[in-house]
Amino acid sequence: MTSAGSGLSLPQTCALSLLVFTGASQFALVGALAAGGGAVTAAAGAFFLGVRNAFYGLRLSQLLALPRAVRPFAAQWVIDETTAVSLAQPTRRAARLGFLVTGLSLYVLWNLTTLLGALGADAIGDTEAWGLDAAGPAVFLALLAPMLRTGTERAVAALAVLLGLGLLPVLPAGVPVLVAALAAPVVLWAHGRRTAARARTEAHAKEGQR
Amino acid sequence: MNIWLAIGLTVVGCYAVKLAGLLVPAGVLERPLVRRLAALLPVALLAALTAQQTFADGRALVLDARAAGLAAAAVALLLRAPFLLVVAAAVLVTAGVRALGG
Repeated sequence: MTSAGSGLSLPQTCALSLLVFTGASQFALVGALAAGGGAVTAAAGAFFLGVRNAFYGLRLSQLLALPRAVRPFAAQWVIDETTAVSLAQPTRRAARLGFLVTGLSLYVLWNLTTLLGALGADAIGDTEAWGLDAAGPAVFLALLAPMLRTGTERAVAALAVLLGLGLLPVLPAGVPVLVAALAAPVVLWAHGRRTAARARTEAHAKEGQR
Repeated sequence: MNIWLAIGLTVVGCYAVKLAGLLVPAGVLERPLVRRLAALLPVALLAALTAQQTFADGRALVLDARAAGLAAAAVALLLRAPFLLVVAAAVLVTAGVRALGG
């Protein structure tokens, strides 16, 4: 629905859900295209959001112990929800069943709602009059909120917002988001330095006591 | 055509990383630094995208009804509202503010 509001056609919207099947990446791609980003920068943003699925896949491959021939087919369903359900199961058999049921039902539901949403948005017409352009950022915020557990995540988010907004008027469309991604390594580096400095001061303090 | 190109690149990229996780030997991705970075990258990207979609009009920064909508979504999240309710709150408040001439 949000995607039809940003200039994608019905087949394009459905192709995204059928073939990408990673909500965050789909929304990111659509959002970047709507913001006027180029195809490559938009796809790069979506790709980065999909990278976490590689880490899910790593944990799932140990957990499910799938035969090699099955892995290319199972891969498409490696997402947040299937990982969460599989990891919650007590046995390998239950984990495999959980993965299959969650993957299948989500895949069917996700693509059905995409089709209905895209058809509905066509019927509604001007999405702005209804406030539907606020749905995109609200979805992002809802995805982001559970990730902001510690000060490190909050610092990354704050720096990324500053970079993303501050660079928007001066850099070509789509690039500010990629620069904002640098907030992650920058904060991680600063965090590492601070802990190292604290460890040094504590070591000094101990020597002083002796 | 441009959009199909973006879709194609995303399809290939997203499928490749999903498969990579299932095939790559555990050692590489288990390194703590790689894990931390992979967890923080989505945070940075989502935060920047949220801000841009709320305050950007083309390449200019604006404060309009969308900001009120996002604030409503934030309140809904703090109250632990379900996902669809959060999005609905943002849409309704944005439409409401706009109808009032905001």
